[in-house]
Amino acid sequence: MSDLAINPTATTSLRWAVSDIATVTRRNVIRQFRVPEAIFFSTLQPIMFVLLFTFVFGGSIKVAGGYTNYLMPGIFVQTMVFGAVSTTIGLAEDLQSGLLERFRALPMSRAAVLGGRTSADFMRNMFVIVIMTAVGLMVGFRPQPNVLDYALACVIMLLFAYSLMWGFAYIGLAAPNAETAQLMSFPILFPLTFASSAFAPVAGMPGWLQAFAAHQPVTQAVDAARSLMLGGTYYNPGAIWASLAWSVGLLAILAPLAVRKYRKV
Amino acid sequence: MAIDLAVRAEGLSKTFKKGDVKALVDFDLEVPVGQVVGLLGPNGAGKTTAVRVLSTITRPDQGHASILGYDVVKQAAQVRRTIGLAGQYATVDEQLTGTENLTMVGNLCHLKRSSVAPRAAELLEQFGLSDAADRPVKTYSGGMRRRLDLAAALVARPPILFLDEPTTGLDPQSRLALWDVIEALVAGGTTVLLTTQYLEEADRLAKDIVVIDHGSVIAKGTPAELKADLGNTVLELTVESDDSAITVAGLLADLSTKQPHVDGPSVELTVDKGPSVAAEALRRIDAGGFTLIGLSLHEPSLDDVFLALTGKKTEVDTSALADGSAGRGRKSSKETA
Repeated sequence: MSDLAINPTATTSLRWAVSDIATVTRRNVIRQFRVPEAIFFSTLQPIMFVLLFTFVFGGSIKVAGGYTNYLMPGIFVQTMVFGAVSTTIGLAEDLQSGLLERFRALPMSRAAVLGGRTSADFMRNMFVIVIMTAVGLMVGFRPQPNVLDYALACVIMLLFAYSLMWGFAYIGLAAPNAETAQLMSFPILFPLTFASSAFAPVAGMPGWLQAFAAHQPVTQAVDAARSLMLGGTYYNPGAIWASLAWSVGLLAILAPLAVRKYRKV
Repeated sequence: MAIDLAVRAEGLSKTFKKGDVKALVDFDLEVPVGQVVGLLGPNGAGKTTAVRVLSTITRPDQGHASILGYDVVKQAAQVRRTIGLAGQYATVDEQLTGTENLTMVGNLCHLKRSSVAPRAAELLEQFGLSDAADRPVKTYSGGMRRRLDLAAALVARPPILFLDEPTTGLDPQSRLALWDVIEALVAGGTTVLLTTQYLEEADRLAKDIVVIDHGSVIAKGTPAELKADLGNTVLELTVESDDSAITVAGLLADLSTKQPHVDGPSVELTVDKGPSVAAEALRRIDAGGFTLIGLSLHEPSLDDVFLALTGKKTEVDTSALADGSAGRGRKSSKETA
């Protein structure tokens, strides 16, 4: 009478978990494509940032290799870090709409909702990299001609953004509604991205701010990307390792927090 | 353990920390396999909390519950494979189409890959949604949405179905259509636990009714038994003042087997033979020299069930009473679930 198997084996459970994460990921990706306006404007925003920063600050911030080259790795990281807001909003909306209630009464893997959300957002970041690379090249971004290093830089940034998403997943589950979830994200996002080496050298900041800016994870990720994309003066293998360590460390702390929160809501 | 019980709950208690609301207090329930049990109560009575505990969404603070013998806390995964949940708290994805919603649920229930699409199409057909299958749900009407929601609960053909206020907020036509669908499911052997605020709905669909208030069961029986307890008709008389109402209630006490209920200037009697009792009541009021302001005869409502069972109105808003506008309304009872 029922089509459902009652007692799955361990391998079946694992296969189901992977399949459930894929199903929820697909659902989230479909949702993104259902709102073309959102795709348009979320693409427009980083393009606008690139143009504004290049033309407004490009003349006054003197850095080796020209400001556009300096800026692009920073804009990449900033866009992806800001993208974590959609992780927050997505989960807050699912919670608010009651869809998570249905999910919790289904025999699906408990990992699927968070896994599917972060996977979909990871894929969106891959899309962001492609768009931004194209825009960057148009406005004069000239990375060193080494595809492998460039790809590695992208992997490092994607990993960093992914680990950060879990923290924003937690906020999405803790917030009373989607609007508040978004507001709760900004006080974290702005200091993290602007008090970093993303847009201007840390050396130009006041001493007390330097202490934070030089050591926080966004700076490490940006410096790592610069090291791989630009090389030369920006060559900085320490930042690559530091960024990877931050990503692993953040994931190890934030993912269990988000999962625990999900079990409780 | 008696496996012929689809749902068994013993001594369930659940308190919400926010506002220290006792949603369930020592709640017991038994639903035999293949039967339809209606859980009847006003907003905030604990119906939804009961369903949320039974469908593993939330854990009870105390007590035990099992679905086909599987414990809802310790064997939650097994429970989820035997139940379907639809109603006010289960929902569908607005951005996805009808087909995409059902396909998603089918995949998440781990149906065989090849059977997911045919099952989705079959349900859409069965629920009259084939024409809307490829439209995003946000374009659906309220009735269509509820039908899709119910279809989503049925994707894996669960033997037990929880319907949490399936027709609340629907127009009468959509409600009737949904009732037909539920009746067809029951005819097919599905066990159903239905929560509702409407006596009429429980009456039509359920073989047994469990009445719940303030988180506890206050009565149970077949619809016929509950109605027999009530009398067939409710006679409500309004006189010129509260004091007169008390005297009139005394004059009419022998016309009903139950104690008359006085609420302000109104007197309510549950009676068997409405019209003749009404005529007699009018004679006595007239003879006593009281002025009759209003009279009504109506079928027992949920309010009347509660009145008869607890001797009080379901949930009267005291602030509304204070400014004299309470009337028969009980809109302000809080949903605690």
